[in-house]
Amino acid sequence: MKEQVKKDSNQQLVGKLLAIVAGMFFFAFALIPLYDVFCDITGINGKTKGKALYPASRIDLKREVTVEFLTNINRGMPWEFKSMTTSIKVHPGELNEVKFYARNRSQKDIVGQSIPSVSPGEGALYLNKTECFCFDQQRLAAGEEIEMPMKFYIDPDLPEDITILTLSYQLFNVTEAVKASVGETR
Amino acid sequence: MSDHHPTGIKRWLYTTNHKDIGTMYLWFSFVMFLVGGAMAMVIRAELYQPGLQFVQPDFFNQMTTMHGLIMVFGAVMPSMVGLANWLIPMMIGAPDMALPRMNNWSFWILPFAFTLLISSLFMEGGAPNFGWTFYAPLSTTYGPPSTDFFILGVHMMGISSIMGAINVIVTVFNMRAPGMTLMKMPLFVWTWVITAFLLIMVMPVLAGTVTMMLTDRHFGTDFFNAAGGGDPVMFQHIFWFFGHPEVYIMILPAFGVVSEIIPAFSRKKLFGYSSMVYATASIALLSFIVWAHHMFATGMPVAGELFFMIATMLIAVPTGVKVFNWVATMWRGSLTFETPMLFSIAFVILFTIGGFSGVMLAMAPVDFQYHDTYFVVAHFHYVLFPGAIFGTTAAVYYWLPKWTGKMYNEKMGQLHFWLSMIFVNLTFFPMHFSGLAGMPRRIPDYNMMFSDFNMLASIGAFGLGLSQLLFLFIVIKTIRSGKKAENKQWEGAAGLEWDQMDTPAPYHTFSTPPKVS
Repeated sequence: MKEQVKKDSNQQLVGKLLAIVAGMFFFAFALIPLYDVFCDITGINGKTKGKALYPASRIDLKREVTVEFLTNINRGMPWEFKSMTTSIKVHPGELNEVKFYARNRSQKDIVGQSIPSVSPGEGALYLNKTECFCFDQQRLAAGEEIEMPMKFYIDPDLPEDITILTLSYQLFNVTEAVKASVGETR
Repeated sequence: MSDHHPTGIKRWLYTTNHKDIGTMYLWFSFVMFLVGGAMAMVIRAELYQPGLQFVQPDFFNQMTTMHGLIMVFGAVMPSMVGLANWLIPMMIGAPDMALPRMNNWSFWILPFAFTLLISSLFMEGGAPNFGWTFYAPLSTTYGPPSTDFFILGVHMMGISSIMGAINVIVTVFNMRAPGMTLMKMPLFVWTWVITAFLLIMVMPVLAGTVTMMLTDRHFGTDFFNAAGGGDPVMFQHIFWFFGHPEVYIMILPAFGVVSEIIPAFSRKKLFGYSSMVYATASIALLSFIVWAHHMFATGMPVAGELFFMIATMLIAVPTGVKVFNWVATMWRGSLTFETPMLFSIAFVILFTIGGFSGVMLAMAPVDFQYHDTYFVVAHFHYVLFPGAIFGTTAAVYYWLPKWTGKMYNEKMGQLHFWLSMIFVNLTFFPMHFSGLAGMPRRIPDYNMMFSDFNMLASIGAFGLGLSQLLFLFIVIKTIRSGKKAENKQWEGAAGLEWDQMDTPAPYHTFSTPPKVS
């Protein structure tokens, strides 16, 4: 009798503890959307938002912000990729356009995907792009070159202490991934 | 009660006896300690002088990675589970662990997990070479093919730890002798219960992390792949959400061990028992909100750095309470300095040094100088070697007479202590200086200016490695030909295992619950 009681309470406790284990396993996966939501709201990881509409709002002529452009090419990406403007001074609220240049130096067709990142991270929410090559993938034939425009404006609400924003693009070779997903949809 | 048990290999394969399983855990962890130690010797031999002498950089990276993984998951964690198996039932007056068959399984997974992990050294492309923290994309996009063996190995050792932790909690909650209330439990039992809760909270997160790595590598997901919209920094967040509680998993049971040993050799009760319990619990709780102090250099906003800096420094408060209590226990005690006590006192002093360098690392503004330098290596080796490993060593010396019924040679034990004490400092103290001067960690070659410190550290490491072989010799000699130990070998020892049990501990103990006063 007493043995049975002990066995039952053991099993109950094991059940509860296993539930915690299962819960924590899924929590690890839940951290990913949670993290994305948290960073979308606070904008602290330097990820920019998607396509923005230019509101033609007030232009703060008294303020000048330096925007710098960086390009990086990931390993296994045989493209030349650079910003045609390294840095410009802009007024918050005005719409600006800069151009980027890319050339496929290899003998094959390659699909590229650029991933933007803004530093300091807090500035990411205020750098809005209305047009960007990073919204799409680029397919360049062997040796093909391209000039890619990017239009952006700085939100006039940009915190006072930020005077320089650096926008960096990392260019990835996604040819294989694109091939794989096209294969799947067929 | 008879001492009857099966003999030969079947005894060990089929055993559900907590003492047998504890023994197997302890021997297994010692073997892993020697394997991981041998890798450390390769590392230190290469770093003896600047330039490349013995190994190529890629193999060097495999050594640092495997050394870390084997020491964390193969040596320190199983040794603590081994102590828990041996001691918890004896300390709370239970006949065995609550789930004996699961206990057997959780041990026997380990040799297979580590065979998988270590076999990767002999594979094409070599073993994992991305550091024990396996940051993405080093481990996902650029990891060697053997990374999948690493992932499966981590899964298996995770399952083993989770089962061990569940067993501890169920045993302590359901199997205490009548009268053994929670606040009467020996502190070692308390620290292990709290450790067990940490384990079941974070080991599943580690399992989730390596699962995401696996799907990123083979099934086209992009959890950590920036090109596909994932985020490599997120890997660090998830990893350290596991990783920081993990460091307390490795040290809390050692806190429990010295909280048993210091009162015994001070011939006084532990000072501030309940504050010790609460301090341990607060350390465990705080460990969940400090993970990003490992990531100050990732470009976190100032508000985040401030939060994680202050939360981390807050941990110094309960830790300070513990150190204070250990010192206060010794204050005006009738101290004697047998080997377990020597290791425990060294634990308190050297762990505190490691704690102080931890506070230095916690300061976000200065962390940028220390980040990823040998200063970090010095810090965590100070809390792990003279912390976790001295703690386990002290425990082995202290309870070995009870386990085997035989007494170790005190002179040799003290020799082992003094050699370890001198060499551990010679190995790790110079690393503070080379780190502050800017020597990066995980590097096979270095600037000439770091030569002297590295030579000292290497000499220390060789001595430290050799003195641990002396430990092996002492333990084997005790088992073979030690003098007979008394039921209560230590005058000041307290607890059920000393007061109400024969020496050596019979195969079956407390089949009828003991009286707890």
